[in-house]
Amino acid sequence: MTQKLDAYFGEFGGMFVPELLVPALEQLEQEFIAAQNDPAFKQEFESLLKEYAGRPTPLTLTRNFSPNPLAKIYLKREDLLHGGAHKTNQVLGQALLTKRMGKSRVIAETGAGQHGVATALACALLGLECRIYMGAKDCERQQPNVFRMKLMGAEVIPVDAGSGTLKDAVNEALRDWSATYEDSHYLLGTAAGPHPFPTLVREFQKMIGIEAKEQIVQAEGRLPDYVVACVGGGSNAIGMFADFIDEKDVKLIGVEPGGHGLSTLKHGATICKGTKGILHGAVTYIMQDDDGQIEESYSVSAGLDYPAVGPQHAYLHATGRAEYVAATDEQALEAFQTLCRCEGIIPALESSHALAHALDIAKAATEETIIVVNLSGRGDKDLAHVHRVLEQGGHYE
Amino acid sequence: MSNRYNQMFAKLKEQKQGAFVPFVTIGDPNLATSLDIIKGLIDGGADALELGIPYSDPIADGPTIQKANIRALEAKVTPKDCFELIKQIRQYNADIPIGLLLYSNLIFAKGLNDFYALCADVGIDSVLVADVPARESAPFKQMAEKHDVDAIFIAPPNGSEKSLKHIAEQGSGYTYLLSRAGVTGTETVANMPIETVIAALNNYNAPPALLGFGISQPEHVKAAIESGAAGAISGSAVVKLIETNLDNPTKMVTEITDFVRVMKAATGK
Repeated sequence: MTQKLDAYFGEFGGMFVPELLVPALEQLEQEFIAAQNDPAFKQEFESLLKEYAGRPTPLTLTRNFSPNPLAKIYLKREDLLHGGAHKTNQVLGQALLTKRMGKSRVIAETGAGQHGVATALACALLGLECRIYMGAKDCERQQPNVFRMKLMGAEVIPVDAGSGTLKDAVNEALRDWSATYEDSHYLLGTAAGPHPFPTLVREFQKMIGIEAKEQIVQAEGRLPDYVVACVGGGSNAIGMFADFIDEKDVKLIGVEPGGHGLSTLKHGATICKGTKGILHGAVTYIMQDDDGQIEESYSVSAGLDYPAVGPQHAYLHATGRAEYVAATDEQALEAFQTLCRCEGIIPALESSHALAHALDIAKAATEETIIVVNLSGRGDKDLAHVHRVLEQGGHYE
Repeated sequence: MSNRYNQMFAKLKEQKQGAFVPFVTIGDPNLATSLDIIKGLIDGGADALELGIPYSDPIADGPTIQKANIRALEAKVTPKDCFELIKQIRQYNADIPIGLLLYSNLIFAKGLNDFYALCADVGIDSVLVADVPARESAPFKQMAEKHDVDAIFIAPPNGSEKSLKHIAEQGSGYTYLLSRAGVTGTETVANMPIETVIAALNNYNAPPALLGFGISQPEHVKAAIESGAAGAISGSAVVKLIETNLDNPTKMVTEITDFVRVMKAATGK
């Protein structure tokens, strides 16, 4: 019981939850520390990652995507992971922790359904009861993912309260957990929320950056100039950044959803445009009005549509170690199509934000530049949506 | 610290009664009706008031109080309006203890110092922050103390001896004792007895315990007091009466006043 993790990243983070949930979070912290020091746990996690999920994922040098011969753009292929996105990594870790804690039931929130699908597959695999909270509006918009979750045995609960989107699904999962923590684990979907989730999720995602670093050094004999990832809650980005944080010459760039533009109210760029506050258990940057009421975020990509951000990203921004920029819906949709045409890879709309910024860096390069982009997920889930958007505003073609 | 809670508990002891404390969200369903409702709570015999400031993301609340927050926000009620309303309540009754129950971001947005200064200014006696557990409470407690406002802590049914001791030492005014896990609401009734937690709190000289969550009937109040609590808090049951009488504010206030009267009558020892 003596060992503890730091609950804060500078002034960001913490455990701002009802007193009732503190014992559950402290139990999770203890079990996580114990698991990290347990070779058997690590071995089981690694073998699931390798034999079930398909790690390591490749690092692909794009052939035609870079607009500038001086700039090489590499993609870390989390789109090839089982489940179609990086989310599978940490879900397997948390599902193993659930079993280790002797809990039999998992609850989770989901926005577009990707984390819900990942949670459902891990629960099916490991024999855990699974309940997913999903905004009622999102359930309608993401029918195929609701079906996927149900196929894998999960119960999907539409949340009507509030805006009927991701933040309300988180609220509802927290409410469930405060009544059920004795036999249930809340399997949070990103590197945000109360301590220990930001740390735990980072540790269960950091193989992305560890592999990418080895792979780029093998391919190029040196570290990259830029590492780029999209940031909603921030799990794929923190997984990608973690092993590069101490490499001071590597520029870390997080790309937030710029929606209709940062000068409008329709975006989800919490670091670029938000202010400091407390949401879902942590001090971080959030979207709020002057009174502290939480505002709705917006993005064409549901996975980035969240009015807060992981506290370690807030810290990396505040200390200047990482830079956070935004890509608009339009820029992301353009990059989406460019990757499809140039490389035969259909990226997730989330990852397309990172791709859009990588294109900007490449265009501006005046000397040899190596860029590694985390291609955090594949775009199959976005096809119907993108099809509709492109039909409505043909100018993207 | 303000003396209103001490005076209330001393008086109740003399009268051999426990406290009945109703909760409503300020501005539910709108400011004007809310003022009448809160006056009605006092007229019905409430010993103290617990008042919420509407918030967009009330994670510790069940469906009934969530809807109260939504109604108040839809009526465009702001924290500033809430403080104005409390001023009016203070004019209506100078002695009743008034506690605020709210979420941390509303305090954070205002700035801790300014927020607690304003509380003191309008005559608020205590503040309970639903999503600030004891381990994060230091800066809030410090500002509360600076402005002579009691910081209320929640004693959970699953609290360890260590955490109950901490809560006992940090709290002042009263201790908010949870009857059960979960969120606010009458869907799950209070889980009693709670004697062991009360014994631990008494052992560490905690402020008097008021039992909350799932208190909707006079029998719950009676059982809470028989278990050794100094009183009971009832929120969702009161708010339900707002919800069911939205089309008739007069009837709403009458029913709420009657409800408080019946609940208060169950506090005799």
